[in-house]
Amino acid sequence: MDGLVMKAGGWLVLALLALGMAAVAVDTPFAVHMCIVAIACLAALWFTISRANYDGIARGIPKTSANPSMYDDDPVRWGVIATLFWGVAGMAAGLYVALQLAFPALNLGLEYTTFGRLRPLHTSAVIFAFGGNALIATSFYVVQRTCRARLAFPALARFVFWGYQLFIVLAATGYLMGVTEGKEYAEPEWYVDLWLTIVWVSYLAVFVGTIVKRTEPHIYVANWFYLSFILTVAMLHLVNNLSMPASLFGSKSYSAFAGVQDALTQWWYGHNAVGFFLTAGFLAMMYYFVPKQAERPVYSYRLSIIHFWSLIFLYIWAGPHHLHYTALPDWAQTLGMVFSVMLWMPSWGGMINGLMTLNGAWDKIRTDPIIRMMVMALAFYGMSTFEGPMMSIKWVNSMSHYTDWTIGHVHSGALGWNGMITFACVYYLAPRLWSRPRLYSLRMVNWHFWLATVGIVFYAASMWVAGIMQGLMWREYGSDGYLVYSFAESVAAMHPMYLIRATGGLLYLAGFIIMIVNVWATLARKVRDELPMTETPYNAAADRPLVPAE
Amino acid sequence: MTYDTARHFADSLGLVVMAILFLGLVAWPFRKGARRRNEEAAHMIFKEDDHG
Repeated sequence: MDGLVMKAGGWLVLALLALGMAAVAVDTPFAVHMCIVAIACLAALWFTISRANYDGIARGIPKTSANPSMYDDDPVRWGVIATLFWGVAGMAAGLYVALQLAFPALNLGLEYTTFGRLRPLHTSAVIFAFGGNALIATSFYVVQRTCRARLAFPALARFVFWGYQLFIVLAATGYLMGVTEGKEYAEPEWYVDLWLTIVWVSYLAVFVGTIVKRTEPHIYVANWFYLSFILTVAMLHLVNNLSMPASLFGSKSYSAFAGVQDALTQWWYGHNAVGFFLTAGFLAMMYYFVPKQAERPVYSYRLSIIHFWSLIFLYIWAGPHHLHYTALPDWAQTLGMVFSVMLWMPSWGGMINGLMTLNGAWDKIRTDPIIRMMVMALAFYGMSTFEGPMMSIKWVNSMSHYTDWTIGHVHSGALGWNGMITFACVYYLAPRLWSRPRLYSLRMVNWHFWLATVGIVFYAASMWVAGIMQGLMWREYGSDGYLVYSFAESVAAMHPMYLIRATGGLLYLAGFIIMIVNVWATLARKVRDELPMTETPYNAAADRPLVPAE
Repeated sequence: MTYDTARHFADSLGLVVMAILFLGLVAWPFRKGARRRNEEAAHMIFKEDDHG
């Protein structure tokens, strides 16, 4: 009982503390954020009180520990649901900002709904909320299975999940209110950054703790990728967000760096967020779930280790390619370019390793829509890791930089690689986590696959055309030495491309909604009555001996 | 440490140490006896039961 009182009292004190901070806040957004924190504390308080086992406490029965013969999958289940929830929010925001570019009236004349505020909402929601929850959920799932041990620090694992959701809510509401550090993919302000640091260190503790108590002698390669993702993101987050708050009760801070140093720190962070959050973390998913779904071991374990160390040693230097032809010293730009080009090799090594895992089971691409998604994810991983190094070459970059080609490139990676592999993992996990015989419908997975694929094709193709058109229009000189096109003319020329891009986004979102229906029905124990994906052909008329003619 | 010394460290000793470390780590899975261990590690994920 004492423990319960202490816990409940602690939440109450935290809630009051947050309300106090709100009362002395120097700006409204900070006050709003502290109120959100207070609400979160009160929710935790209510949960503590209402879920306590009073009967057990009254009889003096000590808390029963969870069944040690079962994996601790509650945070994984919550993570899968959170992935779906934030995915639909982030993708809908993406579709909306795409439409805003085509129809500026959709900015609605309100500061809260302008493109500038909704765009970071979209990027953070899809990368950190959708992708991040998928990474946390699958890492907790994979580390337990491959270590054959339950999660270390179960209470801390739950804190990681809920703390991360609070981070997402604070970041998202902050963007809408105009609270931003103005750093790409690192927009949240100083206090949200501090909170994420606490959550992330807890995440590291749970993950490493589980590896330490493993019963398997070897640490499976997927865990190497997950661990590198967790460690590197911690390092990037800490350095990039070094800043001094203007007030301890306000939402504004100033970066510790200035000028080109700030720009390089930002892109050292930004590109490694791509390299370690969106690549290493999702490769960890690939190295576990592709072999499991294909029921074949990874093509070459040795190649997976080479893939790992090459990514670790090369990725960290590639950031300067975001700053070609800027105040950054020329040698640093060239260094960034060279390392980006070198990255092509390990990336394709990893792609080949994933694809060749299907060697001898290629028919599964035809019969298993989940494998089909994984293969498409790997194909897009290969395509975007070829496109990226190519765009990092200064000569190409002089045309592609600041154009929509970059947006197309990012989305072929994000929608094709990160999205597809996440969908495949969720389809893999849903029946297993909730002990259902199978998914509600495999045919709906197939529909999802095709809607998503066609959506990406629309998206990437229109942005290639748009980007190259933009780049060429901007640099077109007439014989008199003046620019041929004004900027507004290049914007007007983009309109049809923006419409095609929004169509692609709509198709992708439609596929995702089919997925939500499918997973929802699976959880509700429904099984769709449908024809199997492939029929075994049988021709009764041909199944006869040949009678010789008389 | 000034910027200049850091920079000269980076393109001399730092570069050599990083290169040797990288080559060593890449060579590690090619050592004698690694094949069996790699094989074991690759098959390890099939030992468990998913519904546990």
